[in-house]
Amino acid sequence: MEKKLTKGDLINIFIRSNFLLGSFNFERMQSIGFCVSMIPALKKLYKGEELNQALKRHLEFFNTQPFLATPIMGIIAAMEEKRANGADISDQTISGVKVGLIGPLAGVGDPIFWGTLRPVLAALGAGIALTGSIIGPLIFFIAFNAIRLLTHWYGVMYGFEKGTELVDEVGGNRMRYLTEGASVLGLLVMGALVAKWTTVNMPLVMSSYVNSQGDQVVVTVQSILDSLMPGIVPLLMTFACMALLKKGVNPLVIIIGLFALGICGYAIGLFA
Amino acid sequence: MTTMQFIMLFIVAAVAGMGSVLDECQFHRPLVACTLVGLVLGDVTTGIILGGTLEMLALGWMNVGAAMAPDAALASVVSSILVIVGHQSIGAGIALAVPLAAAGQVLTIFVRTITVFFQHAADGFAAKGNCFAIEMCHVGGLLLQALRVALPAMAIAAVAGTDTVNSALASIPEVITRGLQVSGGFIVVVGYAMVINMMNAKSLMPYFFLGFLIAVFTNVNLIGFGAIGLICAFFHIKNLQRELESAAAGPVRSGNPVDDIDDSDLM
Repeated sequence: MEKKLTKGDLINIFIRSNFLLGSFNFERMQSIGFCVSMIPALKKLYKGEELNQALKRHLEFFNTQPFLATPIMGIIAAMEEKRANGADISDQTISGVKVGLIGPLAGVGDPIFWGTLRPVLAALGAGIALTGSIIGPLIFFIAFNAIRLLTHWYGVMYGFEKGTELVDEVGGNRMRYLTEGASVLGLLVMGALVAKWTTVNMPLVMSSYVNSQGDQVVVTVQSILDSLMPGIVPLLMTFACMALLKKGVNPLVIIIGLFALGICGYAIGLFA
Repeated sequence: MTTMQFIMLFIVAAVAGMGSVLDECQFHRPLVACTLVGLVLGDVTTGIILGGTLEMLALGWMNVGAAMAPDAALASVVSSILVIVGHQSIGAGIALAVPLAAAGQVLTIFVRTITVFFQHAADGFAAKGNCFAIEMCHVGGLLLQALRVALPAMAIAAVAGTDTVNSALASIPEVITRGLQVSGGFIVVVGYAMVINMMNAKSLMPYFFLGFLIAVFTNVNLIGFGAIGLICAFFHIKNLQRELESAAAGPVRSGNPVDDIDDSDLM
């Protein structure tokens, strides 16, 4: 009798995929999480010694961007289904597909989800939250999770439907278009955020005089900078941070340094 | 604090701890964790504002590959307990968050190391075909992550608001808390820098400057930037497509002298 995975099994994999990183460890990283996500399929397809072998097969090293682990789960489920029905698919082939996909998918997923989606939604939410409005956290939480759950769902379903066909697609140009497109969007918004979502106020008075109409005119560091290029200070700070990070300086050290700058600046009246 | 609040706080802290390793629902992000602590402790507005402030601080903290970010979960939960229960300033919350994030990072590295034990236990259960036990190894690792935030949070909650803690927090001079709040306005640049470095796309930096200039000289809002970004992405992909196609066609044509002439004309 032919063994088939049902929609229910795939839904089960989808639910478990939300806990992929639960037992993350420094030896094999997401390995147990991947195995546990595949268990519904493996239990359905194999019995006895074959099941033991299948479990062992999926406890090997695994680490990728967690949302994009789902297409791999779908593809592997499809491959295991074929194998259980007698197709000639070796352990090496299955491992090869997994190892071959984790790198490229992390390469696509990291800039899209960690580099663009989360910081943009978080900055948007945080900006609103600073006014004390619950809308801020809600926007971030709901929008991020809606996109995340859709990715998980279509990842598992599309991966299973396409099976090994998808492996070529991941290596192809379409993934590169997606990554670069997301990076363009992310960088453009990031540039806007540097200008808009930062507050630097330097009220240090440079000069003060009475103009021809008899009004008092106060020239501060900030008013000079604003007349030249508003937002130039956070822009320069961003570049300084990028350079320090590239030198391998721990971000917490940079944060403490900026705090020290803020405290000293406040004490001498440079910042307010 | 009532018993009910203690229990709810334990749950919120545990969920934030789990979130810090799962990185799925984002319960460990300051924006969500601080809001939930505020909700439990009856001062949701302070929770939201502190959450927004700390989110700016933590914007670039992400786990990419095997690298470990500073821990947002412990920092958010514990600093919001201290700020809300002890009626402290947002500046005091920021002052607390940074050392807490470093401490949380050490704790999660510790847990991720001892979870190697569960990994080897799972190997043993796989050999026996015991699926349930493998699932329990998975849950075990997750619970350790929950406890590494929940237990310190409970310890802090037990002493928060007492005179000793309040006078210790009150002894932070005003120039420090005000100064920290001032830095809170621009500390997010570290996050932006981390994100830009992570994208590692020098050739795409003009888009960053375009966004900056539009923001500086116009009143376009974030939705507008999203739309402009999508249009730029569309044209960028079109260009890239053309480039890759001509590159792919290149070697095939190289044997053809006519095309060689065409190529040199393009130069």
